[in-house]
Amino acid sequence: MATTALPGTGLLKGLGVTIKHLFKRPSTLMYPHERSDLAPRTRGVIALMDENCTVCMLCSRECPDWFIYIESHKETVPPAKEGGRARTRNVLDRFAIDFSLCMYCGICVEVCPFDALWWSPEFEYSEYSMDGLLHEMDKLREWADTVPAPPPLEEGALMPAEVADAIAKAEKDRELEAAKQEEAVQAKAAPEEAAGPKQGKAATKDFEVKAGEIDQETFDKLIAEGKSERIARSKAKAAYVKKEKARMRAEAEAAEAAAPAAPAPKPAEIHVEAGQIDQETFDKLIAEGKPERMARAKAKAAYVKKEKARLRAEAEAAEPAAATGSTEATEAATATEPAAVDAPAEAAEPAEPAKKLSDMHVEGTGEIDQEVFDKLIAEGKSERIARSKAKAAWIKKRKQQMLDEEGGA
Amino acid sequence: MNSALVSPANHAVAQSASVMDVGDGFLLPVLLKIAFVLGLFFVVPLVGGYMEHKVMGRMQHRRGPVEAGPFGSLQLVADGIKFIQKEDTIPRAADKWVFAAAPGVALVPAMLIFLVLPFGPGVFAVDLELGLLYALAITSVSVLGVLMGGWASANKFSLFGGLRAGAQLIAYELPLIIVAITVAVQAGTLSLVGIVEAQSTFMLAGTDINLWYVFPQFVGFGIFFVAAMAELSRPPFDMPIGDSELVFGYMTEYSGIKFAMFLLTEYGGMITMSALMVVLYLGGWQLLPGVPLPGCDGAGGLFDCGFLGTVLGVAVTMGKILALVFVMVWARVAYPRLREDQLQRISWLVLVPLSLLNLAVVTVFKVVF
Repeated sequence: MATTALPGTGLLKGLGVTIKHLFKRPSTLMYPHERSDLAPRTRGVIALMDENCTVCMLCSRECPDWFIYIESHKETVPPAKEGGRARTRNVLDRFAIDFSLCMYCGICVEVCPFDALWWSPEFEYSEYSMDGLLHEMDKLREWADTVPAPPPLEEGALMPAEVADAIAKAEKDRELEAAKQEEAVQAKAAPEEAAGPKQGKAATKDFEVKAGEIDQETFDKLIAEGKSERIARSKAKAAYVKKEKARMRAEAEAAEAAAPAAPAPKPAEIHVEAGQIDQETFDKLIAEGKPERMARAKAKAAYVKKEKARLRAEAEAAEPAAATGSTEATEAATATEPAAVDAPAEAAEPAEPAKKLSDMHVEGTGEIDQEVFDKLIAEGKSERIARSKAKAAWIKKRKQQMLDEEGGA
Repeated sequence: MNSALVSPANHAVAQSASVMDVGDGFLLPVLLKIAFVLGLFFVVPLVGGYMEHKVMGRMQHRRGPVEAGPFGSLQLVADGIKFIQKEDTIPRAADKWVFAAAPGVALVPAMLIFLVLPFGPGVFAVDLELGLLYALAITSVSVLGVLMGGWASANKFSLFGGLRAGAQLIAYELPLIIVAITVAVQAGTLSLVGIVEAQSTFMLAGTDINLWYVFPQFVGFGIFFVAAMAELSRPPFDMPIGDSELVFGYMTEYSGIKFAMFLLTEYGGMITMSALMVVLYLGGWQLLPGVPLPGCDGAGGLFDCGFLGTVLGVAVTMGKILALVFVMVWARVAYPRLREDQLQRISWLVLVPLSLLNLAVVTVFKVVF
């Protein structure tokens, strides 16, 4: 036991420990000559990606030491569409951080809603005087290039929507570049080609061959007008969507012309697709860079809507044929009912069906359509809403009933 | 039987000559000796300090100085230049003359000890007949500088530090002097050169095995070592400057060159105390007990050496001194600072009685054998 130890043994042990460490390797890192691997999220310096900055001033206001200096001016952006309203936009003039006051709390980075501020691992920016630590936008932008990539997602994680968007955008840019080059090559090869056909061809090529998804013509025009690339791109995208819609409609019309017996073009299209989603909407949303899941959900909703519209259209198409026989009866009913005047909104619709429901007068007496009510409750609607809707449904039904009776008469 | 009593008296009569006593003139040897003392004082402490930096660093998993000079060896020179450049502040309430004189009063005695320390065969400035007494007396003067600095700074921490230093130096002076006297008793001389010579002729009783004084007086050596560390206010006996309690003790208000002078006093003290231990206990410039230096024909192979023998003798002494400095640094790294009451208790209740006992035993043996 230690009780028998001679006095002073502890002192010798202490000497033993220190002498042992004399021969161990020093753990010093010879800093200026060699560098350590910094942790990936090291808080070295605050970097600015000024293209993301919207001059919202959140960072400046949240900064505990108030050393973020932001200056900006407003610029008027011409309306996006013909007849639209001109918008004002803040343009960043100065963004400076005084690192002599910074305590590296990172609140500005946390609070930035547009990912304009980042932590960079750069830390070697000491100065001989304090005023040298006030760094302006250009220096902060340089540091932004040293920000490391975010850590990889876990296996099987969903890609964040904005990242997916950014990737899609980058791919688009690349393809656009390729398309531009191709176009340039073609233009060189066939300079005699007329402007019209070329234009048309380019437009077609854009959404058929390429997945470029922006309207090259609009884009070029806007660029030529001196707009920033970002604005031009977004506008060209809108133009593309518009054009594609027009093309779809034209195709559909052409199909209709070929087969006039077919009902409305869109329902027909849906009928052909058995996928239960609206392919057109889906394609459009995907083209707009929405994630697949969102596009599918929206396309499904669009399908249901369209299906309903188609069914109604079919029903309407069938009705005139059946109703022709009873025109007089209906007219007579119209004559007897002066209530026809209080439906001016329906004037645009064909006169005959318009008279059907709105001309009927039913006194709401508190009855509700039990079937509708049950369905709405089942869908999770509140009871009040379900009741009022069911009441409306009952009135509608009643009217229909009356109309049918009249029709029968 | 009486081999231990080899005529130290003869030696005391014929003072050995220094190698610097060249020519017949007066001026040249004096200048040479001044240069010798100053050179030693300003170079050897730097070597000791460099070793302290390096050893301490390595023991703490650091590298110590690396940038100034080859392997950082010029770090203390750079520090010295820095200290000279710094502003020399004097507190407004300070007693200015005393404040300014204090570092000098501490430094000069530390320098003057080098006068009598023998570093090799003939390598010493002067061989005083009362060399040991001179060395111990002049060491005690340094405490005056410390007390003056503590008092004149007009700072309570400085004052506390100065008083602690005074108490500590008085407490440890006593055992230090008693064990040094013991050596003088055994050697029969107070001359430091004479003590070295006496060790070379000291034989184990009844045999012809040569022994240094560290063997019969190992207790005395231990007491001297501990007391020397305490005299120098070296950790773990650095209560006078205890950073955690007294800021920097009597050095709190000092800056620039004056602070550097206090530091140099400490490092110089490490060297002189180690040199004293080498002379008193470790056989001076003897390589091993009973092994004469090559080329030395004089008494016991200690004198009349050629150039090679002289250089070798100096190297052996320096090696021993640096080994002792290493142990001081080692202890500094290994042990935490003592409390003030522990410090006084160790001195008055342990070291003083032990050293007295040591003196008695050695005296009895000296007379008996």
